[in-house]
Amino acid sequence: MVKFLKYFYISCVYLFLYVPLLVTIVFSFNDSAFAETWNGFTVKWYASLFNDKSLIHAALRSLFLAACVATFSTVVGTIMAIALHRYRFIGQKVVYGSLSVIMLSPEIIQGISLVMIFVILGIPLGFTTLLLSHSVFCFPFVTMTVLARLKGVKRDLSEAAADLGANDVDIFRFILIPLILPALFAGWLMSFTLSLDDVIISFFVSGSRYEILPLKIYSMVRTGIQPDVNALCAALFFLTFFVVMFSYRLVRSKK
Amino acid sequence: MFKSADNFCRQAVLYFIFIWFGVMVFAPNLLVLLASFLSRDPVWYLRLPLNLQNYVALSDPKLLSVILKSLNLAFCTTLFCLVVAYPFTYFIARFAKKYRALFLMLIIVPFWTNSLIRNYALISILSEKGILNTFLIKWGIITEPLKILYTNLAVFIGMAYTLLPFMILPLYATLEKLDNSLLEAAEDLGAGAIAAFFRIVVPVSTPGIVAGCIMVFLPALTLFYVSDILGSADSTVVGSVIRDQFMIVKDWPVGSAINIALTVFMLILLHLYYKSGNSIDQERPLW
Repeated sequence: MVKFLKYFYISCVYLFLYVPLLVTIVFSFNDSAFAETWNGFTVKWYASLFNDKSLIHAALRSLFLAACVATFSTVVGTIMAIALHRYRFIGQKVVYGSLSVIMLSPEIIQGISLVMIFVILGIPLGFTTLLLSHSVFCFPFVTMTVLARLKGVKRDLSEAAADLGANDVDIFRFILIPLILPALFAGWLMSFTLSLDDVIISFFVSGSRYEILPLKIYSMVRTGIQPDVNALCAALFFLTFFVVMFSYRLVRSKK
Repeated sequence: MFKSADNFCRQAVLYFIFIWFGVMVFAPNLLVLLASFLSRDPVWYLRLPLNLQNYVALSDPKLLSVILKSLNLAFCTTLFCLVVAYPFTYFIARFAKKYRALFLMLIIVPFWTNSLIRNYALISILSEKGILNTFLIKWGIITEPLKILYTNLAVFIGMAYTLLPFMILPLYATLEKLDNSLLEAAEDLGAGAIAAFFRIVVPVSTPGIVAGCIMVFLPALTLFYVSDILGSADSTVVGSVIRDQFMIVKDWPVGSAINIALTVFMLILLHLYYKSGNSIDQERPLW
């Protein structure tokens, strides 16, 4: 009986988390303009997504931006992780503490502070500001993932290499990078998803001319339920799902 | 020779880190702090003189009532998530290792899914002709459809739905480490299930509880799109107030003052978190 209640409870929580998403996915295949009635199976809403030029444009922009953000924050985050792992320096604790503060702080705090500095410095809002802002909130995730991986790497390894005459760049290239490669990929994918999903920071720093997908979705969902929005949301959910599966595998590999 | 090359490498990396943090993290936040003491300017947004007017503006009764309502919502959301997530996480953390990975995976997917999409998905459940009402009427539990969508209740549901994984994951990180032998020892020494729970399980998971509460409470104050999508004009959160001050009213100083108040609040919570014994496993990132 206790066991039954336990499984019942667990299923209820999972249902709470998944039923709305499943409903959206199911209705994205509904051949009816209204959400309430089921009228048969169709993929026409997906087809109409592909014919919506401005939507495709926004999606491509977002994917390009996310790829740039992921690459940039992986570089920044990895440098940071290796420095924290290998060097001892003044302000190390501050840097380390700031990472978790950045990850925990509400996006709106970052969004506001970044848009203010961009406007004051006269940097026009658009791709550059989006790239910089997204990288600021993505790189701590990379740093943490890489640091977690580096924790398993014994310091002796680098020291032995140094004794044998390797310099920092050699150690970096031939020892650390190969060891942390899965973490690098996972960090890249995480940043990619984070950038693709971010609404609040993009809302502030994107300006009016550079429309990206999350903001477009934001303006679409505010008007209520529409079948093509269902299709769009379902498609994005599948994308996230596969990216998460893939990066989850990478993080957990060889552990 | 190697030494000097290494030194150069070290210097370059450290300079890079300090510049990145200085320009992208510290400078923007200092600017907000400064702006919160400046006056409003219609063209340049900010101008001298320095004053405390913007903080006095926070005590405006209208603003205060919005802030209190938002705090109330955030508090209810956090409590709900904690109460629902704790037993759930405890159960899945006790499963055999090979099942745990799957159960955890099923939490990570919604954690990473765009929360706009997840809130949008709620509309078709909660609307007047939505799934929930259809079922309740079919089963004869109610006769008239419940009006949930575009009310404060819907915003609460949306927040809880969006943020539940953010409570589960930090809890999981601590509960997973709970050593079964501790519980067995307690049993051998004659502790009842309740005593064992409060004196062993809860203390072990305290960092997870605090981290989870922070990760739910702060977003519940600021996710303005949840109240936009699911709520009415009455259900604004602190985040919407800040947004409106910046994007509509264009009163940067007052917006900054609210932002600083929020930041201070966050720092207090983080301080509590570090005092709670920061022992969430760093080797196993939550994300």
